[in-house]
Amino acid sequence: MQNTTKLELKKLACKARMGAVEGTFNAKSGHPGGSLSAADIMTYLYFNEMNVDPANPKMKNRDRFVLSKGHCCPSLYAILALKGFFAWDELKNLRHVGSMLQGHPDMNKTPGVDMSTGSLGQGISTACGMALAAKIDNLPYRVYTVLGDGECEEGQVWEAAMFAAHNKLDNLVVIVDQNGLQIDGKVSEVCGIEPLDKKFESFGFEVIKINGHCFDDIEAAFNKAKEVKGKPTAILAATVKGKGVSFMEDQVDWHGKGPNKDEYEKAIAELEAQLKELEGEC
Amino acid sequence: MADIVTKATRESFGEALCELAKTNEDIIVLDADLAGATKTSIFKKEFPERFFDCGIAEGNMICVSAGLASAGKIPVAASFAMFATGRAYEQIRNSVGYPHLNVKIAGSHAGISTGEDGATHQCLEDVALMRTIPGMTVLCPADHYEMKAAAKAAIEHVGPVYIRLGRLAIDSFNDPDTYEFELGKGITLQEGDDITVIATGLVVNECRKACLKLKEEGINVRLINIHTIKPIDRDIVIKAAKETGKIITVEEHNVIGGLGDAVIEVTSEECPVKVRKVGVYDRYGYSGPAWELLEKFGLTETGIADVIREELNK
Repeated sequence: MQNTTKLELKKLACKARMGAVEGTFNAKSGHPGGSLSAADIMTYLYFNEMNVDPANPKMKNRDRFVLSKGHCCPSLYAILALKGFFAWDELKNLRHVGSMLQGHPDMNKTPGVDMSTGSLGQGISTACGMALAAKIDNLPYRVYTVLGDGECEEGQVWEAAMFAAHNKLDNLVVIVDQNGLQIDGKVSEVCGIEPLDKKFESFGFEVIKINGHCFDDIEAAFNKAKEVKGKPTAILAATVKGKGVSFMEDQVDWHGKGPNKDEYEKAIAELEAQLKELEGEC
Repeated sequence: MADIVTKATRESFGEALCELAKTNEDIIVLDADLAGATKTSIFKKEFPERFFDCGIAEGNMICVSAGLASAGKIPVAASFAMFATGRAYEQIRNSVGYPHLNVKIAGSHAGISTGEDGATHQCLEDVALMRTIPGMTVLCPADHYEMKAAAKAAIEHVGPVYIRLGRLAIDSFNDPDTYEFELGKGITLQEGDDITVIATGLVVNECRKACLKLKEEGINVRLINIHTIKPIDRDIVIKAAKETGKIITVEEHNVIGGLGDAVIEVTSEECPVKVRKVGVYDRYGYSGPAWELLEKFGLTETGIADVIREELNK
């Protein structure tokens, strides 16, 4: 585990957001909203939490990450590029024919991707399988998976939750990116999932509620999760969909479309200004 | 020739897993609350630390298997064919097939011979569903000895495999001293040039009996046992089409998408001949004792012999 400073993490997350905007602009499609809401959590995971080696992406005892909400891969790809799994230039090929960066994560095409995902509800189960494998072999690695809050409408999420608690998978951390929006509107209006904390608690999880954009909160939650024994942990992260790009924030329309040229330029300008401000803090 | 073993292929599979697990520590078995019925209970008893009951949650079981496989395990996920391939089809497609993970899916209680449980449990679509998944190997062994060999081949093969198991105890017909299993290779059980019968699974022995009877009548049927439905043995099918013309396929499955269609996909491209499909004709089954149902659906010795005669007289 490295010890990246909070300021450095903020800068990396800002760059990850730029990468997500870059990718979805060049793809003329994709999912910027959820990519931006989960960017801080995934940045923290790859730069301050997980034991991974970009030079050896399949390292046996590495920690694993499963993006159960696979559609939010634009920011994951940017983070993997920042970490050194592949060149930053690849991001502009997102969703293009022949690209290593598919519309949803592909473990066989993209270095650093531990599981192919995209069909909601399945990633959390595959993460359970990885965590179980570590338990069987008595290996120390941990498994992290990020879910969307809309994704929690999938029944399979709760099949997996039962399985994780039953098998005492304390090496599994489920993070729910609670940005409150899904394709058809507000989660609370489409098919409400609350009380999500009580649901996970009653399914046998240690539940930690945080602000998903606050690195102090994120750090404290992952540190606490490591101390939990005999049960899995669920981190419920309150986030803002589209975080970091003013006109995308909390707008359901930005769930699944790429920015046009004007929007792209505006978004990049905003993020560059944020980065500049952060660099001024040095 | 060794003694005839009368055993359901689900039981043969459960025994085979135990034998294989003795020398292969990576084998992990999962079930969805049907271990007693799928016979993974045999494995559970011997290797409790490598057995995981996922409860009645097949979709999760398949994806947990995918995660295990990604970490180097060889998971075998078992349930009734109906739920393993039907309920969890999309999990198999996206989390096992697409990443081409080394997961073995065992579907028991396949076909009409599931019997009394009736239509909801008599899976007639599993072969069709699994054939549509790129890179999936589809196995349908015909007796005890073939199942044991197929289980070994499935574990040794790197990649996703679906293996079809039956509930009904059936007589073995293969000789374990001479039997050889090769993934993707059909087996000619009887030579003949009048017509070809291509069969898979439990009905192979019924076809064998029918062919022996017809031989006494002077009819020489070529009988081919296809234990690997995907990838199918194209050579054996083309050779039969060229040498005998007409082909009859026999399977305990819906005629849509099963062995018959797999054979037709080859003949239509390589050597168009008439292919008559014997199976369940786009309908559901119903409750009843297994052998009575097989009789009703024309899948026993008598029904099969009648179709062969009929086709030869046309």
